[in-house]
Amino acid sequence: MGEWAIRVADLRKQYPGRDGPIDAVNGLDLEVRVGECFGLLGPNGAGKTTTVEILEGLNKPTSGDVEVLGRRWESQATEIRERIGVTLQETRFPEKSTLLELVGLFRGFYREGLEPEDVLGRVSLDGKANSYVEQLSGGQQQRLAVAVALVGDPELLFLDEPTTGLDPQSRRQLWDVILDLRNRGRTTVLTTHYMDEAERLCDRVAIVDQGKVIALGSPADLIARLGGEHVVEFAVGGGEPPPDPSCFAELSTVLGTRAEGDGYALTVGAPHRAIPALLDYLEAAGRPLARLTTRQVSLEDVFVALTGRHLREEEADAARASKPGRRRRR
Amino acid sequence: MSHYHPLLGLYVSRLREFYRQPARLFWVYGFPTVLALGLGLAFQSRVPESVQADLVRNAASDPVEKVLRDYDAKARAGRKQGVQLRVVPEDEAMKRLRTGKTPLVVVKATSGAITFRYDATRPEATSARAAIDAILQREAGRVDPIRTEDTVVNEPGSRYIDFLIPGLIGQNTMGGGLWGVGFLLVNFRIGKLLKRFTATPMPRRDFLLAILLARLTFLVPDVAVLLSLGVFVFGMPIQGSLWLVALVEVVGALAFAGIGLLIASRAQTTETVSGLMNLVMLPMWIFSGLFFSAERFPEAAQPFIQALPLTQLLNALRAIMLEGAGPTSHVVLVALGVLSAWAVGTFLVALRIFRWQ
Ligand SMILES: Nc1ncnc2c1ncn2[C@@H]1O[C@H](COP(=O)(O)OP(=O)(O)OP(=O)(O)O)[C@@H](O)[C@H]1O
Ligand SMILES: [Mg+2]
Repeated sequence: MGEWAIRVADLRKQYPGRDGPIDAVNGLDLEVRVGECFGLLGPNGAGKTTTVEILEGLNKPTSGDVEVLGRRWESQATEIRERIGVTLQETRFPEKSTLLELVGLFRGFYREGLEPEDVLGRVSLDGKANSYVEQLSGGQQQRLAVAVALVGDPELLFLDEPTTGLDPQSRRQLWDVILDLRNRGRTTVLTTHYMDEAERLCDRVAIVDQGKVIALGSPADLIARLGGEHVVEFAVGGGEPPPDPSCFAELSTVLGTRAEGDGYALTVGAPHRAIPALLDYLEAAGRPLARLTTRQVSLEDVFVALTGRHLREEEADAARASKPGRRRRR
Repeated sequence: MSHYHPLLGLYVSRLREFYRQPARLFWVYGFPTVLALGLGLAFQSRVPESVQADLVRNAASDPVEKVLRDYDAKARAGRKQGVQLRVVPEDEAMKRLRTGKTPLVVVKATSGAITFRYDATRPEATSARAAIDAILQREAGRVDPIRTEDTVVNEPGSRYIDFLIPGLIGQNTMGGGLWGVGFLLVNFRIGKLLKRFTATPMPRRDFLLAILLARLTFLVPDVAVLLSLGVFVFGMPIQGSLWLVALVEVVGALAFAGIGLLIASRAQTTETVSGLMNLVMLPMWIFSGLFFSAERFPEAAQPFIQALPLTQLLNALRAIMLEGAGPTSHVVLVALGVLSAWAVGTFLVALRIFRWQ
C-alpha cells in the first residue's frame, strides 16, 4: 500500500445551484501519509464535508483523481469500505437500540473487527452499554459515532467535525480517543473549524477555503510562516480618526500588522522589544492605550493572514464586540 | 459474542425497534381492534327494534295504553318487535312529534275513533303506524285471514362484522407495508443513517431484505389479532383454508412493501412521504371496499378499482374466509396475479431509483 493513505489530485465537485453552479470543491490536491493525523481546517462551506464524503465513497466527484489506501472507488469499493471507519457530520442512530446492540450491528458488517464492548470502552461509554441511544447526551452521541466508526478496526478513520457543539470536557475526552488512535498507528482524517483542536491533534493540516487548499503543513510550520511567534493585540483611544495599521509596521521586530475589530493585531518577533516601542510611539502621538494583550500565534492568525477573514463567524463577531461601548449595547 | 450475520443483525434490530415503541404497538394492534369491536357491536344483530309511539293522555287513553303495554310485554318475552310507548299530554306529544323525538302520536277520542299523527315521509313513522294499527285492530277483534311467520336472517358469515374483519385485516396489511417500510426508510435517510450504512461493507441487498423479512414477521401478529377477534369474539366462521389466507397475505404484504419502498425511494422529508402515503392510501380506503362492497361503484370505474392492490387483497380474503374459495378459484388467482404484479413492478422501479443518501 505504500506511504500514502490518501492521494487526491485536482478534485472537483460541482453542484447545480439556484444562481449558477456551485463549485463546492474546486481543484483540491491532498496527500495523507499512513499513520498521520491529518486535519482539514476551514470555514463553513469551504468544502470539507464534500471532500471527505468523496474520499469515503459517499459522494461522486465531478472530476479528479482519488486513491484511498492504494485503491479506487470505481473498482474496489467493498475492499475500501472494509478498511475505513466513518463518522458523518451528524447521524441519528435508532433511538430504541442500546449502544451495545448498535455497535454489534455494525460489527456484523465487517469481516474483521473489534469486540463491541471494547470499542465502547475506548470511548468511555462502557458504563452506558445497555442504555438506549436516546438517553445519551450530545457529547456521548458523538463518542458513540466514533465507537461505531472504530468497530471495524479501520486502517483509516474519517471524522467530520467530531467535536462541534461539545463542551470543553467532552472535547477533551474525544481528543484523547483520537490521540490514542494516532499512538496505535492508525491514519485519521478530521475536519474542524477549531484551531486549537487542529494544533493539538494533527500532524499536518490543510487549510481549505472555497474548495481549495490554500496552505498545507504542520501547525508549527504554518505558524512559523507568519515569521513571528507572538501576537500583540491592542486598541487606542484619543478620538477619530484611528491610526492606520501601517503606522506600526516600522516598530521594532514587528513583522505584520492588521486592523482587528476595533483595534490592531501585530505579529512580532520579540514582544519585550516591540511593546516598549509601541508604548513610546503612542505616547508621542498622544493616543492613550485602551487595552493590550499578547499571545502566541495561532492557526487562526495564519488563516486571517491568508484570507483576510476569520475562520469562524463568531470569532470575528467576538473581536468586533470587544469595543467597550458596543459590548454594552449588545 | 454479538457477531451477527449482517442480515440477521439488521433483521433483529428491526424487530427490536418495533416492539420497543408502545405507541406504534397501539396503532398497529390496538386501534384496529377497537375499531372492529366498535363497528362490530354497533352493527351486531339484536332483537328487532321496538316500535316507538306517543299516546295522548285523556279520558279515553287508559284502555289503549293497557292493550299496547300488554302486547309489548308479550312481544319482549318472545323476542319479537315490541312497542315503546309514552303517555303524555297532547301539547307535549305534538312537540315531540315536531322535533322528531317520536315518529307517531296516537289520539283516542272519547267517541272511540283513533287518530294517528305522523310524518308520512319517515319510514319508521309509517311502519309504527301500521304496527300499532294492527295491534289495536286485532285486539278489537279483527281476524287475519292468512297466518304469517317471521324468520330473521342472522347467520354468522353473512353479517356486517364478517364483511368487516377481512377488510380490516387487509387495511392493516396496507398500512403496515406503507408506513412500516416507507416511513422507516425516510426517517433513516433524514437521520443520515442510510448514508452511514452505505459507508460500511454492509450488503445493500441484506438491508432491504431485512426490512421485508421483518414486515412479513409482523404480519403474523397483525393478522392473528384481527382474525382471532373475528373468530372468538364475533363467532365468525372461516370457510376456506388458513394457509391460503396466509399466502394471499404474504403476497399482499410484499405488494404494499414494494409500494412503500417506491414512495420512500427518493423522498427527503417526512412531510413528503406522509403526503405521498396518504395520496396512495386514500383511493384505496374509498374505493377498495373496506367498509362496503367495491361493486357498488359505477361499472365504468371498476377496471381502476379492481387494479388497486387493496381491492384484490380484500376480494381474495373475503372469498376465502366467507365463501371458502380455493387456490384455483378465479377470485384468488386474479388477486394473486395482480398483487404479484404490483410487488414485482414496484420493487424493480424502486431499486432502480432508490437514493441511499
Ligand atoms: N447537496 C448539495 N447541493 C448543493 N450544494 C451543496 C450540496 N452539498 C454542499 N453544497 C455546497 O457546497 C459547499 C461546500 O459544502 P460543505 O458541506 O462541503 O462545506 P463544509 O466545509 O463541510 O462546511 P461546514 O463547516 O459548514 O460543515 C457549500 O457552499 C454548500 O452549500
Ligand atoms: Mg461540513
